[in-house]
Amino acid sequence: MQVTIDNITIEVPEGTTILQAARMIGGDVVPPAMCYFSKLKGSGGKCRTCLVRVAKSSEKDPRPMPKLVASCSTPVQHGMVVENSTSQEVLDTRKSIVEFLLINHPLDCPVCDQAGECDLQNLSYEHGIEATRYEEGRREFPQIDIGENIKLHMNRCILCYRCVYAINQLTDGRVHGVLYRGDASEISTFIKNSVDNEFSGNVIDVCPVGALTDRTFRFKSRVWFLKPMDAHRDCPTCSGKTVLWMHGNEIYRVTSRKDQYAEVEEFICNECRFEKKDVNDWVVEGPRKIDKKSVISANHYEMLKKAAVINPVKKVIVKESEK
Amino acid sequence: MGRKILTDKIVIPGINTFEVYKNNGGYAAATKALKQMTPSEVTEEVKKSGLRGRGGAGFPTGMKWSFLDRTTPGPRYLVCNADESEPGTFKDRYLIEKIPHLLVEGLIISSFALGAETTYVYVRGEFKTQIGILSKAIREAYENGFLGKNILGTSYNLDIYVHSGAGAYICGEETALLESLEGKRGNPRLKPPFPAVKGLYGRPTVVNNVETLAAVVPIINIGGDEYAKIGIGKSTGTKLISACGNINNPGVYEIELGLPVETFLNSPEYCGGVKGGKSLKAIVPGGSSVPILPANLILKTAAGENRLITYESLSDGGFVSGSMLGSGGFIVYDENQCIVRNTWNFTRFYHHESCGQCSPCREGTGWMEKVLHRLEHGEGRHKDIDLLVSVAKRIEGNTICPLGDAAAWPVAAAIRHFRHEFEYHVENPEIVKNHKHAPVPLKEMEKV
Repeated sequence: MQVTIDNITIEVPEGTTILQAARMIGGDVVPPAMCYFSKLKGSGGKCRTCLVRVAKSSEKDPRPMPKLVASCSTPVQHGMVVENSTSQEVLDTRKSIVEFLLINHPLDCPVCDQAGECDLQNLSYEHGIEATRYEEGRREFPQIDIGENIKLHMNRCILCYRCVYAINQLTDGRVHGVLYRGDASEISTFIKNSVDNEFSGNVIDVCPVGALTDRTFRFKSRVWFLKPMDAHRDCPTCSGKTVLWMHGNEIYRVTSRKDQYAEVEEFICNECRFEKKDVNDWVVEGPRKIDKKSVISANHYEMLKKAAVINPVKKVIVKESEK
Repeated sequence: MGRKILTDKIVIPGINTFEVYKNNGGYAAATKALKQMTPSEVTEEVKKSGLRGRGGAGFPTGMKWSFLDRTTPGPRYLVCNADESEPGTFKDRYLIEKIPHLLVEGLIISSFALGAETTYVYVRGEFKTQIGILSKAIREAYENGFLGKNILGTSYNLDIYVHSGAGAYICGEETALLESLEGKRGNPRLKPPFPAVKGLYGRPTVVNNVETLAAVVPIINIGGDEYAKIGIGKSTGTKLISACGNINNPGVYEIELGLPVETFLNSPEYCGGVKGGKSLKAIVPGGSSVPILPANLILKTAAGENRLITYESLSDGGFVSGSMLGSGGFIVYDENQCIVRNTWNFTRFYHHESCGQCSPCREGTGWMEKVLHRLEHGEGRHKDIDLLVSVAKRIEGNTICPLGDAAAWPVAAAIRHFRHEFEYHVENPEIVKNHKHAPVPLKEMEKV
């Protein structure tokens, strides 16, 4: 099945969505996605940042689609021609979606733990405008702790529903979801339940913004001051493959490994995430390559590449495990 | 006097009971369909009739039925959308309340045509009385062998369930309705897949409005060809119009499509003219979601032709000078009404009813409401008017379901046609603050 995105043609299997096809091509043709998460079934279609223009529906039906479509949920058809960054209409719409996402966002990046690795931050740098036209009050919610280790800061939420899908699909028993509707809707636990099971921590990783943060890491450090290191341990619950965010020999936090689209490669358990903060618990593999053009790699990645061989942690631990 | 085929028997006392309804020719169509016709013949009649969806979108019903996936084995469903919550529209409630057996009969015929053995009626939660009336009618139909196993001695079985909504306008959107019926949060689904392929419980499903399904009864009675003779062009048959606002006779009227708007407004048989002899300012012809039109444009099209109540004529001129038939909620405004206040009121409704799933609608409806609130309360500025136009434009077409469009269109249309009123509100904050302002004088062009 052939699809052309921004004048680049690629052969894809049937059932591929436009977004997946664009990711196969890579580079600038990939539309940004705030709510779509390939590993969570049913996600996508909500944030509308990935809207693209279909200039030709298929070989059979060469008409353009009447409206912009969500690339994350629209399957490609043979001969489809898609315009992403080549269409001014798409770029203008994306600008307006960013505006909508930001009008009720507190813009508290200076005190937000997600800053530096925030999808919304990246999106607004790329597609947003500098000034806001919104003068009304922003919606406010109290911060709540859902479970011992997770802080929910609903003000920052963009209601992508990723955490809802993550909890529903990774764990048993439905304990959290979306309450109310419209701009009053909020992510919450049902009747003051806490999200409490061994994979609940993954909601932190799937959250594109700083709405769900790690309480064991809150306000400890800026992410760009930390060195991300690939590490693993023999975990009975999960794969044990993680990224350690370190300063010297100290582990500040543990997250799952994320690919270039900020999607989790393998979900990890809460024990790995919240409890194993001692470097001796882990086999450190080496510096994590951060693909995104983020401040994290801007600060560390180039330097770390050179420094990899002299990383004391890696040498020591690997040697020990080899024995 | 227009021909009435839906509401002709409504005046008969006791028509809401099975006995009286049957004695007055009721259930003849169901008997005819089940005993003498095949499902595809029924579908064919509906196609021939040219019946279009009465819920607002106006999609040809026969075509919708033919999209239903009949090849995959397993159950198929018919769902009746009785979640009528559009401000200004109250025709389905009237139909259910007055002549519930007409709907039941329509459901039997349509389910038979679609091969559905289970049918759901999703009724708006606030319609407590109507749910009672409809449930009673269904019970009577069961008792008299028109529902249940082997209906009328044929091999066809049908069960109808009434499901009460829980007070959300969004559940009138067909996929949100299906989610809600499944017991989930009423968020619209992404399309495709459409319900005809993957609907209720993942099965092929047809969702139709109450009035559409009721119209199937006269179509079988008089034949599709005969039905198609009523009306003009592609707008065939009769339509229930719920008229409200500043008119002498508010209520639900059955009209033949093609009736001029002016006749409908002024004829004593229908609305009976604007109340108190005042002049007409504007009309919303199809429920709160469709663009408002000033007096000159609602009575005559931009080309100077008479505006008729049909799908085509009302949308003549696109959104520049036209509107839509929508669900037939005919709201009339006299010269004393404030368009800014009305627009704010509508927007407040959409803000409250947005499901919050996709960003443009969730954030945009609230934004528009807040800006309109300021304008209405004398705290607006000139740039707010352009801001509203811009926000409405940014919501329109970028949302999952049509609620975003429905929220954006009334705002865009109000500013397009009544910009001077918004400007008046900006320029006279002291007057509008207390809501005691004299109505904005009609512009010369709006006088009829």
